[in-house]
Amino acid sequence: MSRWFLLLLVSLGAVPAAAQDPVRVGIDYRPGIRPRIVILPAAAGLDSARAILARDLDYADRFEVVVLPPGDPASTPLIAGQAAAAVNYELYRTLSASWAIQLERASAGMAMTVRLHDLTADVVRRDTTLAIDISGAGEGRMDLHRLSDDLAGWISGQRGIAATRLLYVERGTQRIHRVDSDGHGVVPMSPGGATALSPTWSPDATKFAYGVLGDDGQSPIVIQDVVGGARRTVPTTGGGGNHITPAFSPDGASLAFTRLTEQGSAIFRADVARMCCVERLTATRYPANLSPTWSPDGRRIAFVSDRSGVPQIYVMSADGTDQELMVPFDFGATGASYAPDWSPDGTRLVFHRDVSGAPQLFVYVVGSRQVKQLTSQGRNEDPAWAPDSRHIVYISDRTGRRQLHVIDLETARVRQVSTPGIARLPAWSPSLGGSR
Amino acid sequence: MRFRQYALPLVAVLFTASACKKNEPVVTAAPVPPPAPAAVTPQPAPPAPPVVDPNIAIERARTEMINTLAQEIFFEYDQFDIRSQDLAVLDAKAALMSRHSQVRIRIAGHADERGSDEYNLVLGNRRALAAKAYLERKGIDASRIDVISYGEERPADPSATESAWARNRRGAFEVTAGRDQLGTIR
Repeated sequence: MSRWFLLLLVSLGAVPAAAQDPVRVGIDYRPGIRPRIVILPAAAGLDSARAILARDLDYADRFEVVVLPPGDPASTPLIAGQAAAAVNYELYRTLSASWAIQLERASAGMAMTVRLHDLTADVVRRDTTLAIDISGAGEGRMDLHRLSDDLAGWISGQRGIAATRLLYVERGTQRIHRVDSDGHGVVPMSPGGATALSPTWSPDATKFAYGVLGDDGQSPIVIQDVVGGARRTVPTTGGGGNHITPAFSPDGASLAFTRLTEQGSAIFRADVARMCCVERLTATRYPANLSPTWSPDGRRIAFVSDRSGVPQIYVMSADGTDQELMVPFDFGATGASYAPDWSPDGTRLVFHRDVSGAPQLFVYVVGSRQVKQLTSQGRNEDPAWAPDSRHIVYISDRTGRRQLHVIDLETARVRQVSTPGIARLPAWSPSLGGSR
Repeated sequence: MRFRQYALPLVAVLFTASACKKNEPVVTAAPVPPPAPAAVTPQPAPPAPPVVDPNIAIERARTEMINTLAQEIFFEYDQFDIRSQDLAVLDAKAALMSRHSQVRIRIAGHADERGSDEYNLVLGNRRALAAKAYLERKGIDASRIDVISYGEERPADPSATESAWARNRRGAFEVTAGRDQLGTIR
């Protein structure tokens, strides 16, 4: 029964969606309805590629992914060049599938042909041949992730987030590490022997900034190239005293950060395009102000302040004016709130707040000024948005030790991104590489 | 109960401070952090040896003074007030620094692992500043005291127990200049 309901919605949605957006070929994504995608069996040598695509589409949380095992009656491959073969489409429709993805080795060496079949219209919507490392090893994985994101975009109208990476601090080594969004490829990034904290990506993902905690009393903010590893110290942060919690402006030209001074901790802003011109944004004499996060239009900065006693989330204009409370709280009842991150679409803030002695994730909806609690089990802290403004990475100890976890706001599905060490203070990259 | 843990080191510190004033042999304050079970009884001052190599005497005095300067102080959970039992520890440092004008120190503020990682850096900073402010009130020039916060990043004891947390919520002191002068002035 649900199958017919699904098919009805699928066919209703097809026409207007295609008319609105030339890129979009399928239905509009509807929260709560996840189109079913069949990943067809593939030729030998494509197993890794197929497994990566299937997992990426699954992690997108927008689809129900069916991976047909070899020998399944429904796994009769569609015939290349005869994509509209009605009999085969009928077979996949019995699985309530709306889409089928078919991979083939192209005749030329490392190339792969991808076909996206629209089972509701009996047509091939995409037929692309890519030069790609089908082994799924090394940087070739990222090409496959980009293909997954393309497929998600072609089907739902919204690109996926597979071609992204996370930065985090590994406890013990205290070094910033990088890991692909699917948990592969853990690499140390910041130099050994120094404590690095609070990594944050530049908007073009070519750089990241972080706070260093040296044994010599120095605690600067450093900007490091992702490729090559060249490092620069942000002006005025190298002369002693703590500098923490950097955040790039959405245009990448400014960096907000916190300086711990004898007059309280204050948020400053530096011109990192010209590496100059540091100005102070918060001027309150005693309280702490820290953890700035920019609105995606670059006009406002949310931050933590304990000016009312307990740390809570405030907001100001990017020049430091118009400071006001952002996230409502009950004085004397609401726990301290920390680590805000403004969603890339600007509609929400995620942060963690103490609840009965443990941090839990909360989302603040900017438009409605509503606060919703997302987690309740164990410790859940230091959240950061994925570029789709739908997934959030955070640190949770729900499986015993502190690890990266990803929650999808629409389905509430949680997955762990396992790393060898104890993970802290994550940051999610922008999409790495645009549409091909 | 907590008072008992601190009582002996505190006595030692008071003794150290008064000993300095009277130009008598200095007794090292027992560098025992509060949760450590074994408190060290202050040794009675040994009878002064008849002939002492002045270099050895200076070196010994210097070591004792550095120990006095390095003695840690501790804080209550999520607090940065100097506890009354730590005032004598700071008084001893202030007395030494008053008499040794070349000595400079760095105060490192630390937090336990509970609470927000980033806010703990603020808390460590406030703890270091509280100690610095006290020394300033005792007449030490602010320019002789640097501060740094290590938040929860440098635990003295990495285990997740109340006693480890109590030990980690600390102010630590390091002599950054003027070591040579220490021991030459009584």
